[in-house]
Amino acid sequence: MSNAPVDTGRRRFLTAATAVVGGAGAAAVAVPFIKSWNPSAKAKAAGAPVEVNISKVEPGQLIRVEWRGKPVWVVRRTQEILDGLPAIDAQLRDPDSVEPQQPAYAQNTGRSIKAEYFIAVGLCTHLGCSPTYLPDTFGEQVEGVASGFFCPCHGSKFDMAGRVFQGVPAPLNLVIPPHQYIDDSTVLIGVDKGAA
Amino acid sequence: MVKNIINWIDERIPMTATYNRHVGQYATPTNFNFWYFFGSLAMLVLVNQLLTGIWLTMNYVPTAEGAFASIEYIMRDVEYGWLLRYMHSTGASAFFVVIYLHMFRGLIYGSYQKPRELLWLFGMLIFLVLMAEAFMGYLLPWGQMSYWGAQVIISLFGAIPVIGDDLTLWIRGDFVVSGATLNRFFALHVIALPLVLVVLVFLHLIALHEVGSNNPDGIEIKQNKDENGWPKDGIPFHPYYTVKDIMGVAGFLIVFCYVLFFMPEGGGYFLEKPNFEAANPMKTPEHIAPVWYFTPFYAILRAIPDKLMGVIGMGLAIAVLFVLPWLDRCKVKSIRYRSMVHKLNISQFAVSFLVLGYLGAVPATPALTIAARIFTLTYFGFFLFLWIYSKNEKTKPVPERLTH
Amino acid sequence: MKKLLIALVALVPTLAIAAGGGAPLDKANIDLNDTESLQRGLELFQENCAGCHSTQYQRYDRVATDLDIPLDEMRAKYLPEGAKIGELMENAIPDADAAKWFGASPPDLTLVARVRGEDWIYSYLHGFYKDESRPFGVNNTIFPLVGMPHVLEGLQGTPVKQEDGTLVATGGALTAEEYDQVVRDITGYLVYSGDPVKLERERLGWWVLGFLFIFFIVAYLLKKEYWKDVH
Repeated sequence: MSNAPVDTGRRRFLTAATAVVGGAGAAAVAVPFIKSWNPSAKAKAAGAPVEVNISKVEPGQLIRVEWRGKPVWVVRRTQEILDGLPAIDAQLRDPDSVEPQQPAYAQNTGRSIKAEYFIAVGLCTHLGCSPTYLPDTFGEQVEGVASGFFCPCHGSKFDMAGRVFQGVPAPLNLVIPPHQYIDDSTVLIGVDKGAA
Repeated sequence: MVKNIINWIDERIPMTATYNRHVGQYATPTNFNFWYFFGSLAMLVLVNQLLTGIWLTMNYVPTAEGAFASIEYIMRDVEYGWLLRYMHSTGASAFFVVIYLHMFRGLIYGSYQKPRELLWLFGMLIFLVLMAEAFMGYLLPWGQMSYWGAQVIISLFGAIPVIGDDLTLWIRGDFVVSGATLNRFFALHVIALPLVLVVLVFLHLIALHEVGSNNPDGIEIKQNKDENGWPKDGIPFHPYYTVKDIMGVAGFLIVFCYVLFFMPEGGGYFLEKPNFEAANPMKTPEHIAPVWYFTPFYAILRAIPDKLMGVIGMGLAIAVLFVLPWLDRCKVKSIRYRSMVHKLNISQFAVSFLVLGYLGAVPATPALTIAARIFTLTYFGFFLFLWIYSKNEKTKPVPERLTH
Repeated sequence: MKKLLIALVALVPTLAIAAGGGAPLDKANIDLNDTESLQRGLELFQENCAGCHSTQYQRYDRVATDLDIPLDEMRAKYLPEGAKIGELMENAIPDADAAKWFGASPPDLTLVARVRGEDWIYSYLHGFYKDESRPFGVNNTIFPLVGMPHVLEGLQGTPVKQEDGTLVATGGALTAEEYDQVVRDITGYLVYSGDPVKLERERLGWWVLGFLFIFFIVAYLLKKEYWKDVH
């Protein structure tokens, strides 16, 4: 060991510089590891927008399509149902769809682009079960409301616009996915108009 | 505050004591040269292999039907998957580069001699496990080279008398290399062998820190201590060798990343061309060569014109390294103070190893086979000569203190 | 060992004959930065090769993005009926049919450039010549006894082997120079296809090396500073 005086300042500076540069390097190395957890090209391809032909859906009927692995419902609502929607506002948690559970263009009474067709992600906002569609027997759950959705897992209830009732575990209305109409009989689920 | 936390921990586990013993107060010779970078670099590459390996398993599919496509899936569809995969494949070759240089360092400075025999043995076990690890890993991409390489290497066990055929069948779990083989190799490659490897590395380090590091002069610095009991030629590992090793890491990474980003196939030696074609049990590639790090031993195998003897020869080429500490009977460690005969012998050994490595990578011709036989003899000759001349070797006087 | 290898080879029936020997390869000299050439290569490949050979490890949208082709154009020109833009390019004939027609199913070509090398592909596409003894009426200097027809014959014309070994084609739609460019375009596209990330990888590589160079200098200065104690 030599006894030359130590330049503490220089030593400290270089230590800090090495730590900073090395730390930046380590952070950069972490990037590919973290990013590799994003959905892969395969997952994105599987999650691409889905075209649905709605011309054969009968009034009152529900069809399910898969989008990003989730069930998406398309329900053709009768005029009777549509007329009944405002009447139950008082029993709902978020009747005016204030919470951002839908694209702006679906923030209306029927929570849809075309009032006749209700399109929603069929997963309960409580813990992700898929609620059951009760077209005729919903009255057993909520008196005076003929049809709606009932979640078998924890008993959450939603009306025919996917709005959640008060007093159930689910906190929010059902999610309306981004979607657009290509023509009268075809709807594209998964992408907003103009973004395709 | 920090002090209190450290005290609290130290009362429960020997944290500070362990740090001082292995890093803060670990006495290291002052005269380490270029050759002494490769220990820490091996550690760096090990960590790289473990991390990228874990990440690759997240997208790899260990089935005969899905393996090859899942590699291309990683290379194309997973974000930065190509980088993780190239880090792993380049890392495999880098591991052997580093390990071979590390072993050569031990060879020239006599780091295997008393009292470091066990240290050397742990190191040799690491080398052996590493070869198994690399071999099994190479099957996983399920390309043509993966498949036929595994087919050939596993068939080597068939050379063992009596049990050979049953043994190969048992290793493969099928009549040919198949999905069953792939699954078990996958399990061994990602779980079993890495665990063994980490344990062996731990033991290697414990053994090193017990006896202390050798150095280019081959002098025991512990024999020359000052009044405080600190070796006069020693410096604490931290900060001196931590900062030096960081520099070494930076230098190594420049070379490593150059290969990784600009020539990840390593000229067809790190990723062999036929391995970009999915395994086809009906069609053998024209020329099968193992990955470069196995070629010296493969050349020895090919050089011997008898199946059983070839396998024995190849095994012996590795086994003889285990007993090196007892073959070298000289008391002087470093090549610096040993005889001209020893210097020549080590040189010819290095040349033999490199030439055998080349011969194992190219197709055999009659002339090259004769060359391989000659260099097989000189490879083993190294150990025989060493054993003979080291008993009464004319060495130079070894200095008391380290030279620089 | 050789015996062992021979035994292994003999054990398994070889279906297709591997390319070996053949003439020395010509240099392809392709340029991955030449996007237009790659686009033409894609078009030529899809028109002439994709009928039999899939490129099943890459996706339409990825190729479109890498080759600067608008997604709508990609859809209109190359997507089979009902396929989605994110799908794998598996638009080849079923393996079983192919095996019936050609004796072996045509290999997937996504990675052919990494298996054979670019010069091989370039020389191979230049290497067809008329040979009535072969089932498809053609042979290949690079891939003797090749088991496929000369698909680009309409463009190149019919190449005939001269006495000095050179190939001269007549009756094609293109001149020799134009055909050479066609071959180069296809080769370039296949090189891209084998390693689509190459350009991005090298770009990133320079940044990494630049960073490491700085890191090395800082680490070197730090080491030097501390080691003043020792020397």
